[in-house]
Amino acid sequence: MDFQSCVNIKKEWDIVGARQLGRDIARKIGFGTVDQARIATAISELARNIYLYAGTGKICFETIEEMEQKGIMILALDNGPGIKELSLVMEDGYSTSGGLGAGLPGVKRLMDEFDIHSEEGKGTEIKVIKWLR
Amino acid sequence: MDENLKDIVLEHSDDIVKMWLEEINTSNKNDYTSTISDEMVENTNREFVNVIFTSIEKNGLSSELDEFSERLINLGWPLSYLTEGMQVFRRVVTGYILKQTDKIDSDYFSEVLKEVDGWVDPIINRLVNEYSGSWENIVSLQRVALQELSAPLIPVMENITIMPLIGTIDTERAKLIMENLLDGVIKHNAEVVLIDITGVPVVDTMVAHHIIQAAEAVRLIGSRCILVGIRPEIAQTIVNLGIDLGKFPTKSSLRKGFQTALELTNRRIEETQNKEEDIEKLIDSLDGE
Repeated sequence: MDFQSCVNIKKEWDIVGARQLGRDIARKIGFGTVDQARIATAISELARNIYLYAGTGKICFETIEEMEQKGIMILALDNGPGIKELSLVMEDGYSTSGGLGAGLPGVKRLMDEFDIHSEEGKGTEIKVIKWLR
Repeated sequence: MDENLKDIVLEHSDDIVKMWLEEINTSNKNDYTSTISDEMVENTNREFVNVIFTSIEKNGLSSELDEFSERLINLGWPLSYLTEGMQVFRRVVTGYILKQTDKIDSDYFSEVLKEVDGWVDPIINRLVNEYSGSWENIVSLQRVALQELSAPLIPVMENITIMPLIGTIDTERAKLIMENLLDGVIKHNAEVVLIDITGVPVVDTMVAHHIIQAAEAVRLIGSRCILVGIRPEIAQTIVNLGIDLGKFPTKSSLRKGFQTALELTNRRIEETQNKEEDIEKLIDSLDGE
C-alpha cells in the first residue's frame, strides 16, 4: 500500500476531477494508454453513479504494490439509498434512470477485480482493482 | 471614549507599525511569500499598514483600500496574506491600547475589543468580498467562454456538416450539443453530419448514450450521422462497456468519415489534371518519334 487519496463527489464536475486524478495515478504506476482509458472510464462510471443515485460520496485511489504484481485499487463510497437488487444492476441493459444500463457490468469488464457491497438505506461500497501486466 | 482610543492609536501609529511589521515578518516566513522578493514583501507590508491607518483615520473604508486590494488581486497575492495581516493588526493594537492604561477591568477590556473590531472587521469584510468577487467574475467568464466553445457546427460543403467535440461532455453540454446539432442540420440543410470525438477524453456510458440519442434524433429529421475520430483505446473501452454503436456508421478518422459522407451524397474527390505528368507524356511521345 503506497498512499491513499480521495476525491469528494458533490457536483458533476467532480467526476472529471476524480477521473483526472485516477488517470494520473495510473500513468505513474505505468499503465499504457489503453488501460489508462479503461481506468478513467471505470472511474467515470463509478463517480457518475454516485452523483446520479447517491448525491454525494467519494472515490479513493490506492496504489497496490505486492511482491509479484502492481496495480491500482479504486474505492467508490457513498451513503446513498443503496442498491435493492444487486443481481439486477449487474445485468446488461438494466437502468432505473433511462440510461444504457451498461455502467456497472461495464466497469466489471473494464477492470480485473470487482467487489460490491450495498445495504439498503445505508450506502454502497464498490472496490475495483486493475493489475499492471 | 471612542475618539480617545482612536487618538491613542493614531498618535502612536509609528510604534504600532513597528510592532506590526515585526510580528508580520516572523509569522510571514511561511510558504506563500517565499517566491516573492523580500523587498517587495517589505514594501507591500508598509503600504498595507498605511492603508489600514488611513481607513481608520477616515472612520471607515477608503478608496486607498479598494485600490490596494485591487492591485494585490491583479498581482495574485493570496487572500490569506491580507487576512493574516489584519488579524495581526488586531492583536497588536489591542495589546498596545491595554498596555497604555492602568485600568484593568473587564468593561474597559471588552470596550477596547469592540472598538478595535469595529475598525478591523469592515476592512476584512471588504477585502474578502473584493477577492471572492473577482473569483466569481472569473468563473462566470470562463463558463461563458466554455459555452461558446461547446458545440460548434461547421458546414464544410453543401449537404455535409461537421461537429467537432472537444473536452468533457457533461449533462449541460450534451443538451447544447443536441440542440445545436438539430438546429444546424435544418439550417444548413445537411444530409450527412459528422460528429468528431477525437478530442473527447473519456467515452463512458453517459457520453455514449448522448451520442446515440443525438444520432437517433438526426435520423428522425431525415439526415444521416457518422461518428468519427474513435481512437483505438476508446474503441476498446466501448467494447468493454458493451455499448452498441451499430446503428450508425463509425470511422477512425475525420478523413475517412468525410470520404464516406461524399459517397453517401454521390460525390467523390477527383484530382485535377497533373500538368507535370502531361509534359512528361509529351516528352515521351516526342522521344518515340
